[in-house]
Amino acid sequence: MLAYTAKRALLAALVALTVSAACFMLVHLSTDVAVAMAGEGARSEDIEFVRKQYGFDRPLAVQYADWLGRAARGDFGESLYFRTPVGAIVWARLPTTLLLGALAMAIALALSIPLGVLAAMRPNTWVDRLTLVIAVVGQAMPSFWFALVLILVFGLHLGWLPISGSETLAHFVLPAIALAYYAAPAIMRLTRSGMLEVLASDYIRTARAKGLRRPAVLFKHALRNAIIPVVALAAVQLGFMLGGSVVIETVFALNGVGYLAWEAILHNDFPVVQAIVLLVALFYIVLTFLADLANGWLDPRIRIG
Amino acid sequence: MGKRILAAALVAALCIAAPSYAGKRDNTLRIAGNQVPESLDSYFNNVRLGVIIAHHVWDHLIYRDPKTNEYKAALATSWKWVDEKTLEFELRRGVRFHNGEPFDADDVVYTFNFVSNPANKAVTQQNVNWIEKAEKLEPFKVRVRLRQPFPAALEYLAGPVLIYPNEYYAKVGPKGMSEKPVGSGPYKVVEHQPGRLVRFERNADYFKESPRPQPTIEKLELRLIPDQNTQAAELMGKGLDWIFNVPPDQAKQLKSVRDLTVVAGETMRVVWLTLATHDKTPTAVLKDIRVRKALNHAIDRQAMLKTVVGEGARVIHTLCFPGQFGCTDEGAPRYSYDPAKAKALLAEAGYPNGFEIDFYAYRERHQTEAMIGYLRAIGVRTNLRYMQYAAMRDALREGKAGFGHQTWGSFSVNDVSAGTPVFFKFTLDDVNRDQRVRDLLDAGDFSVKPEVRRVAYKNALALIAEQAYVVPLYSLPVYYAHTKDLDFRPYPDELPRFWEARWK
Repeated sequence: MLAYTAKRALLAALVALTVSAACFMLVHLSTDVAVAMAGEGARSEDIEFVRKQYGFDRPLAVQYADWLGRAARGDFGESLYFRTPVGAIVWARLPTTLLLGALAMAIALALSIPLGVLAAMRPNTWVDRLTLVIAVVGQAMPSFWFALVLILVFGLHLGWLPISGSETLAHFVLPAIALAYYAAPAIMRLTRSGMLEVLASDYIRTARAKGLRRPAVLFKHALRNAIIPVVALAAVQLGFMLGGSVVIETVFALNGVGYLAWEAILHNDFPVVQAIVLLVALFYIVLTFLADLANGWLDPRIRIG
Repeated sequence: MGKRILAAALVAALCIAAPSYAGKRDNTLRIAGNQVPESLDSYFNNVRLGVIIAHHVWDHLIYRDPKTNEYKAALATSWKWVDEKTLEFELRRGVRFHNGEPFDADDVVYTFNFVSNPANKAVTQQNVNWIEKAEKLEPFKVRVRLRQPFPAALEYLAGPVLIYPNEYYAKVGPKGMSEKPVGSGPYKVVEHQPGRLVRFERNADYFKESPRPQPTIEKLELRLIPDQNTQAAELMGKGLDWIFNVPPDQAKQLKSVRDLTVVAGETMRVVWLTLATHDKTPTAVLKDIRVRKALNHAIDRQAMLKTVVGEGARVIHTLCFPGQFGCTDEGAPRYSYDPAKAKALLAEAGYPNGFEIDFYAYRERHQTEAMIGYLRAIGVRTNLRYMQYAAMRDALREGKAGFGHQTWGSFSVNDVSAGTPVFFKFTLDDVNRDQRVRDLLDAGDFSVKPEVRRVAYKNALALIAEQAYVVPLYSLPVYYAHTKDLDFRPYPDELPRFWEARWK
């Protein structure tokens, strides 16, 4: 198990390094950062001034090595746009995004697991079809559009919830629902297929045969086993949500990391973009790493293979 | 029990969160913008919203009345040109900044010398790089030396150059000024949550002699909402009172909402087709004046205004915004919409079947596409290259692009020197490089005599039009939407003046 853990950890570190290098190169290749910073109407001397001042005249590899060295010490540099340390800006915005992610995940699980179980209990009936429709619509509908529908219905026409901002918990309800609906279909479908498989197994038949009540069979015996892959998927979906929050936070004006990413991209603020990409990648990597470990622990065949 | 407490807490949190309603009732004007200013220190900000905030918090030496374009005494009571590179100002006594610091010559000298020093990295260099230094002559008298003759200096002094309190600015620097702005303007910042909101309160001690009217709206609350649709929803739901930069299609819909008013305002941003004729132009076909004239006759500007640009805009015949000092189309040829004539000119130039050309564009794509239709009608087949502004500018500068849909807002500076010369004075953006045009623009840029300037600019603009170096099209409109309770008037410099807004 120790060797397996070390191997996975090394792989995770390599992925993080590759992601950060790719992001650094892409940002620098997509635009001349000095030109972008100097703004509309800048003269060539203004651009050269910016280039020298910020060290953009050095080779890309040197700039990357410099960034990496500082990032390893926790220094992500200064935002080119806000002119304040990147770490502090991202840190200040993180709680909003984490709260949104946690609420959205809770809603997604609360919606998708019961529906998945329900669909598995009544396969190929109207209940199953209805959950399929819900899943397909959720998967197909752009999240920004769904967010606007929520705003129109619950914010504007019914007036139940605030439309934008992040002052109170109520401000998080609509964005969390929008984000949850983005993640729910996959969990719902996996719960359904897992449950179908488990419900057909011998030990469930045994449980039923010995006279256990239906809820006990479903939740104590079936769901506990069917949910193992769902937990791993939910971890990955949480990573997806962090990415998806760029759109949702922008629509609802939630002052989190996603909104910050949008602003940073808009203003070519590459130190911030770089830090956020690394943060999301690390988040993803840690979750996948934990899922890998969990799988290895649950199923010895994986770590031996 | 624990679960019950949790549920009760959740319900309480939801109840507390009843949205705050905007309006006249609490004398608070709630407004929104979609781009977070990088800093509230106006010398370290390039975003329109930051400019709007700055004009409410700080004051100028000189004020330009937006209704008459007349310069009026603000923090300076009088001013004079000592020579072409020197200005002197008598300053107003008895003015105080929001923190109580009295205003005097030291504030002007410190502000000017700090922001014009490139080492201090002010991002709006173009607004201050004409200042060489400022000197205190007396406690209420200053002299400002210019790097070169720059008659538009007064326009900058009445626009982006604002006066900061020297003691406070020296202590806190640009970062502190952004966190807690202190000025002498009609509104003071009472709360700033970066990236979220700024709250203002009327400055009750605003100096009575100011050419700006005393504000009547007690509080302003500015929220940052990046999505235009969300802003519109907040406006309809009475969470906001005023929004701007409303897209034309949304403006049309908001017009039908009972409690809202939608106003179209003109902006200083003008639109034209750029036609590169310099030696390395990748579009050699544009070197023929007959082709350039044909392109001028090809586009129905009036029809474009009606169908795709929207109300509030106007057709232009020379490359400048009609309200700017020195801008005129007097003496310049006008090219009417005449596709038959355009085709004849192309045939005369040796292109009876038209030609193919790469067409660069970066904004208002629907307008670009309308232009493509008009060009096709005279036989000009375009390959659209749609990209970011910086990429298109680089392509034009490097001679990779020669034909583009261009726009320019002159930084809302009401003087031709902030517009036309940027594209015709052998700068990186000059794709025509005509020495005669440059000399005429130089004469306008460097004289402090208004009449000399007017004549020089008129001749330069006429020459550009005669040579058909560009296809001047129209100014762009901007839409504002606000509650019917508000009396609000827009101006072409896109600067909402809430100090003169009133509740009805």
